[in-house]
Amino acid sequence: MPATSLIVNGNPVSVAADPDTPLLDVLRNHLGLVGTRFGCGAEQCGSCTVLVDGEPEKSCGKALSSVAGKAVVTIEGMGTPDKPHPLQQAFLDEQAGQCGYCLSGILISAKALLDRNPSPSRGQIAAALDDNICRCGSHPRILRAIERAALLMREGAAR
Amino acid sequence: MNTALPPLLADNPRLDQWVAFPEPGRVRVSTGRVEIGQGVLTAMQQIAAEELDVSPERIRLQTGDTDLTPNEGYTAGSQSIQFGGVALRLACAEVRGLFLDHAASAFGYARADLGMRDGAIIHRGASTGHDYWSLASAIDLARHASGRAPIKPASEHQIVGRSAKRVDLAAKVFGGPAFVHDMAMDGMVHARIVRQPRRGATIKAIDEAAIRRAAKAPIELLRDGNFLAILGMDETTVEAVAAVAPGHVAWDGVDPINPAQEEARWLLQQPSLDRVVGAPPGDAAPAARRCEASYTRMHIAHASVAPSCAMALYRDGHLEVWSHTQGVYPLKAALARTLKLDPAAISVRHVQGPGCYGHNGADDAAADAAVLAVRKPGIPVRVRWRREEEFGFEPVSPAMVTTVHATLDAAGRPADWTTEIWSGRHSSRPGGGGNLLAAEALPDPPPAPPPTESSNAPGAGTRNGEPLYDFPAKRIHHHLIAETPVRTSSLRGLGATLNVFAIESFMDELALEAGEDPVAYRLSVLADKRARAVVERVARMSGWRPGVPGGTGSGRGIAFARYKNLAAYAAVVAEVEVEESVRVTRVWCASDAGLVISPDGAINQLEGGIVQAVSWALKEGVRLDTAGISSRDWESYPVIKFSEVPEIACELVGAVSDNPPLGIGEASGGPTVAAIGNAVAHALGARLRDLPLTRERVMAALLKA
Repeated sequence: MPATSLIVNGNPVSVAADPDTPLLDVLRNHLGLVGTRFGCGAEQCGSCTVLVDGEPEKSCGKALSSVAGKAVVTIEGMGTPDKPHPLQQAFLDEQAGQCGYCLSGILISAKALLDRNPSPSRGQIAAALDDNICRCGSHPRILRAIERAALLMREGAAR
Repeated sequence: MNTALPPLLADNPRLDQWVAFPEPGRVRVSTGRVEIGQGVLTAMQQIAAEELDVSPERIRLQTGDTDLTPNEGYTAGSQSIQFGGVALRLACAEVRGLFLDHAASAFGYARADLGMRDGAIIHRGASTGHDYWSLASAIDLARHASGRAPIKPASEHQIVGRSAKRVDLAAKVFGGPAFVHDMAMDGMVHARIVRQPRRGATIKAIDEAAIRRAAKAPIELLRDGNFLAILGMDETTVEAVAAVAPGHVAWDGVDPINPAQEEARWLLQQPSLDRVVGAPPGDAAPAARRCEASYTRMHIAHASVAPSCAMALYRDGHLEVWSHTQGVYPLKAALARTLKLDPAAISVRHVQGPGCYGHNGADDAAADAAVLAVRKPGIPVRVRWRREEEFGFEPVSPAMVTTVHATLDAAGRPADWTTEIWSGRHSSRPGGGGNLLAAEALPDPPPAPPPTESSNAPGAGTRNGEPLYDFPAKRIHHHLIAETPVRTSSLRGLGATLNVFAIESFMDELALEAGEDPVAYRLSVLADKRARAVVERVARMSGWRPGVPGGTGSGRGIAFARYKNLAAYAAVVAEVEVEESVRVTRVWCASDAGLVISPDGAINQLEGGIVQAVSWALKEGVRLDTAGISSRDWESYPVIKFSEVPEIACELVGAVSDNPPLGIGEASGGPTVAAIGNAVAHALGARLRDLPLTRERVMAALLKA
């Protein structure tokens, strides 16, 4: 089996798997990073969203070969309980979730948004999340949490 | 059974089934209730901490495990706090009391002078040196609860009534292994099922060579009767094979169904089991005015954000199953029947999954894994359904027709009211082996479950069919449809969603006819003080103004119900803009759920119910073709998107009270759907009576008007 090299959460990794393997399966089954969740396998629900070279991508639809040499960021790379990303802190502060299955993908989509637009409007946040399905109806809290995180990050940047 | 105890404590009367002190400083609290996204674990922790007088951090919750937790049946019907929490509260109060009694008698304190502070026994506020852990060996909790321990009044609550942070949220925000989907075991095989297209279908031919051609890594095909599975160590391979395999299996006994059955009115022509509950047949005065209107909705999918998943391992004659089932004990019983195993040889353990909102594919996936595990002893088997499998084979919420008939008095108020309901079954959870897809596919399948369903309150299809309003005579006429084109079962709200939509739409139609404001009209026939309070509150919250002219393209509507007529009260005002399609812009909700354990948790449930109901009202309906459910992805079964979510404001009424807690998880859905319907009618000046309120239906109504 040929090995494919990529960078996951800042660490170079080499994965000996079929180059057609979906990135999602590589993350979950080959690298043990289960925080990226399977939702549909058809790039329709956003549960498996990761950053590839800074852009949000559905990892279920990205072949391993297509991310060779690229930098992938998953939810595990965003922050930890000891050092949470402002988005993660804001989601906890706003209690933004119910079942929480969609949250990994939503947090990644939100990070991609705030990385390019530090001051999004409510409408821009919602539009950026339209590829992410939340079935429990946590939307109002999620939107509030992202606004809160954006504020935290702007204040952090201003200090 | 001790009838003095609340039901779940009577079923599980030993105190050590609920509470134990296994190690210093820690309390083990067991609940049969399981986390399905509703925050129940957090609320149970608060309840136990409050009544035991320990800090919540000391509590280790044990949940949904047939070896370890009380049997509380299903986590369903908004009953976790109202029944499960109340049982736990009473058990904890009694345990606390036993320790204080013991301290009083053993050490010579006056009982009235003793109290508990974070697990330590205090005497007139001072330490006694004794605590739960030091006395645990002296007090045998393997005794039956008396049910007589006094519980704390709300005025003394320190933990209950304050918003608590969800105990399960961090694992989800940081991407930890939070779900059964994330379990991995050494030597685990992945499996997918080639589903029997419907009950009774038999395999005619399998093109095994074609199936194997799709496999890049070794796979095994396992067949028993009409149960066909693909197994392998490499999930990617198994998934790829499963995607093509259905095209290489030919079936007998698959008669086409009629796709027109996706709309509900076909129900009116079906044979049905008919029952009448409530007032005797109406004897309307000849001068009375009769009116009626009919409302429908399509089948609705649970559409959990991920497909179902389970793990099973059979070793040394014992089967362990990990599942996001809503009922570990009923699943265990169903598996025992299906597998012909002694129930004592089965353990079912709950692990969280995506929010389910009712009976989705979770139990079926668990049965799939269990069936395979007993055929692969010693090997952990993980089954994860495919997305199209979840949409195509989960039991959906049945299509329904609800017709309201009323006879009006001279003042335009109903003197006689009948809610007539046509629906398939809303409740077909797996019982003694029935209604598990794997069981139906194996040799010697169980008979089809009989089409039974209670019409009596709180009911399933008839749920909330009786309006809470003070009409002199009210009855429900229930037509239970035995044969439905697709498998149906419970979804959040069950029949209440359409019944509340029908009743509350009709109330608006009657108010309009009487020339009265919809809020005032409702209050004129509503004596229940708590019901009036939520209606009045939501009117205030939304700045409700009577007499705003309709037909302008924007509108507001109100609706009210008390879920099941015995759980939480909820009143909702919705604001919409209608051009060609409907946009819900704002929603206000006031709810009285009695004593609320975690206000933020309760509001989260109200909000979630509102968002889901906006989605039901505007977008959702299962599509059928001749083969069955054809809406098998998120494009053909669209749900609400972030940019379509309205501004939402929820308030709790009477949350700090000694009124018992009332289930709130399903309270806001029906009123939201109905409030949207009423707002759309206000905006259009024309009434839409068929859900969902799609662009096509709006255009049709405008053409007709």
